[in-house]
Amino acid sequence: MTIGILIQIAQTLLAVLLAPLLMGWVNQCRAWLQGRSAPPILQPYRTLIKLFHKDAIVAHGATPLLRFAPYVFFGCMALAAGIVPMVANDLPFSPAADVIALVGVFALARVFMALAAMDIGTSFGTLGARREMLVAFLAEPALLMVVFTASFVANSTQLTTIVEALAHRAFAIYPSLAFAGVAFWMVAMAENARIPVDNPTTHLELTMIHEAMILEYSGRHLALIEWAVALKLFTYSALGLALFMPWGIAETGNFAAMPLAVLALLVKLAAGGFALATIETFLAKWRLFRVPEFLGTAFLLGVLAMLVHLLLEV
Amino acid sequence: MRIGDNEWPLEQRPGCTPVWRGRVPAERLPALAHDVRGCGGQLTALWGSDDRHLGGGFAIHVAFGIPQGTAWVSSDLGAEAPAYPDLSAVFPQADRMQRAAFDLLGIVASGAVDARRWLRHGAWPEDAWPLRRDFDAATRFEPTLDAYPFIQVEGDGVHEIPVGPIHAGTIEPGHFRFSVIGDRILKLEERLGYTHKGIEKRFEGMTAEEGARLAGRVSGDSHVAFAWACCMALESAAGSPPPARAQWLRALFLERERVANHLGDLGYLGNDVAFGIGFMQFWRLKEEWLRLNARLFGHRYLFDRVVPGGVACDLPAGAQAALTDQCDVVAMHVRQLKEIYDEHAGIQDRFVATGIVKPELAARLGLTGLAGRASGQAVDARVDAPCPPYDQVKVAIVTHDHGDVAARAEVRFGEVFESLRLIQELVRRMPAGPLLAELPTAAAGAEGLGRVEGWRGEVLVALRMGADGRLERVHAHDPSWQNWPVMEPGVLGNIVPDFPLINKSFNLSYSGQDL
Repeated sequence: MTIGILIQIAQTLLAVLLAPLLMGWVNQCRAWLQGRSAPPILQPYRTLIKLFHKDAIVAHGATPLLRFAPYVFFGCMALAAGIVPMVANDLPFSPAADVIALVGVFALARVFMALAAMDIGTSFGTLGARREMLVAFLAEPALLMVVFTASFVANSTQLTTIVEALAHRAFAIYPSLAFAGVAFWMVAMAENARIPVDNPTTHLELTMIHEAMILEYSGRHLALIEWAVALKLFTYSALGLALFMPWGIAETGNFAAMPLAVLALLVKLAAGGFALATIETFLAKWRLFRVPEFLGTAFLLGVLAMLVHLLLEV
Repeated sequence: MRIGDNEWPLEQRPGCTPVWRGRVPAERLPALAHDVRGCGGQLTALWGSDDRHLGGGFAIHVAFGIPQGTAWVSSDLGAEAPAYPDLSAVFPQADRMQRAAFDLLGIVASGAVDARRWLRHGAWPEDAWPLRRDFDAATRFEPTLDAYPFIQVEGDGVHEIPVGPIHAGTIEPGHFRFSVIGDRILKLEERLGYTHKGIEKRFEGMTAEEGARLAGRVSGDSHVAFAWACCMALESAAGSPPPARAQWLRALFLERERVANHLGDLGYLGNDVAFGIGFMQFWRLKEEWLRLNARLFGHRYLFDRVVPGGVACDLPAGAQAALTDQCDVVAMHVRQLKEIYDEHAGIQDRFVATGIVKPELAARLGLTGLAGRASGQAVDARVDAPCPPYDQVKVAIVTHDHGDVAARAEVRFGEVFESLRLIQELVRRMPAGPLLAELPTAAAGAEGLGRVEGWRGEVLVALRMGADGRLERVHAHDPSWQNWPVMEPGVLGNIVPDFPLINKSFNLSYSGQDL
């Protein structure tokens, strides 16, 4: 049990500490693919350090919610990072929340960010919160469809069981998971404010979704948010890997496999980050009102995945 | 000369660009405007002047673009309560120019619907007129709060989004007031004038050289166009045209400025739809373009290469080959990038049918320049009223009639290719000869007008000389004056997140019109 707790702490720390590195890697890949010299891979850490050293300016008339929300956001993401099996499968946290609760944790973070964005009453915060909710209410059902499909395959909504079923039982090909995988990718792009749904590097306030919500933040608050955003990308990637490519995650009680599991995670994340950058490079940002079509397609694919499972795999 | 059905007292002036000059009584201005409208002309610029020191009163000046060239008409107004009849009923683009003329000089457009202040912004008292000759430019005022009554849209679910003048990116200041339902735009109202810095007052008493330098700094991205227009006006006032080689070099600089700006804008259009490759590749091309400017002519943006009487530098040894080769390389890369833009579904989805200005609307509101050509207005000073060398090096005008973001991108592509061709032709056929002709001192009261097709549209500088060859009144006009108001109806029905893209496709100047 103590070892379990140690592994749990180690995995969460690993995620929290490596998340900016993944962000730096994606930015680096994007720069290369655009044909320009890239910022150092450690740049996100420098940004965080810089922001932590700055004073946090809070608008007059802000309620405590505004200061509170970044901590909730970061906390939710750290919790999620503790639930998703990344290197080991028998984490003490895992039974605390199944995959549906995990979706709820993401939703909780989002609600707080949206409320905080509307707190001061600037038009951009409200605008961003409204758009974020538009994306969210379309993305969540699609995400649920994806996890339901995986749950059907494994007969459980527990992530540990799903990983166990997919990674360590006899190898089988599940066509349903192909559909679910594409749907998950689409949801992940939308949820992480990536192209083609949002543009994380834009300076055009009228086009922003996520960035519009955090325009009022500065200093340590902004640093926490930026860190949490990186952590969200990391956790989502790990969730995708756990659901669709769980090979390499150490089996319950197998400590010897742990170093290999960390290595496998890093390789998979590096490949995933490169793939993300490639996709972003080739796509342009979609018109905002196309986003419902995009996420509608994701939902459709999720439903299709479930149907394929019921028709072909039962 | 004959305009429409009537004879008007206008005489052609000597100079590189065809200008007809005359004075009409103020009450006849609307009739003249109607005649200009009737023959397919447009109002280009409107400004005022304080002539009380000459024994008169105030004057209002209007430059019309007519098929034969430019008609520069002035009307004398009284010294007390100067007023002239409103022209914005005939030419809507006159509205903001009239309001600016009132703010600076206190001359009233009687009968105008919109009498709100435009430039003042509470920076000087309501009864102070900073462009009058008895106003001391060194006077400092405490800025006051200035409530600007925006037009309100009311109804269920309508709300306002105020944007700017400070933006999230490093761009010029301008305020945009959106009335929206959800993300759909019901009304946009612009408020500009935040960069008013008193340039027209600053011109007073400058020498010709200082004036040309300052004119070039009115809007940095159109430096060559403004500097050339100012020099053209100065040379017309002095009655001394520049040597032929200087004119050809000026055209070379102007086309290089056009290509540099178009490359930058095409990159920005990619960036605004989050297409990073387009942004980076176009800006790489622009950077190499600017570096060659620096290497050959000593300044990346060709500042102060055009001077009164000619140009300040010649083609250095080997420049001909370097310029021609660069055009070939850039043409090849731009052709490849155009193919990517044209065939990228995501980009085309964002560009096509976004921010449409139909040709009829463009004609009615006087949309000009590049944006006008993308909305079916075949207006280009290099073609309509060519000054040397454009009378020998023919320009193929690029137009489009969809009037959307895609059309404005398409016109930019077309003009890049045409300018690359022009540069090669200019370099190949460049006549030999001196670069500079000493400019004789112009007589007091001598006038001149210069009109140059900059990358954004026609740039116009009109001036009158004072004593000792010093400038008395200079008006520099940027085409953004006509084009800013057209964007208001142009964005209607679009969604708020598409506005930055539409704005970028026009890419209008703030500094150039705030003066």
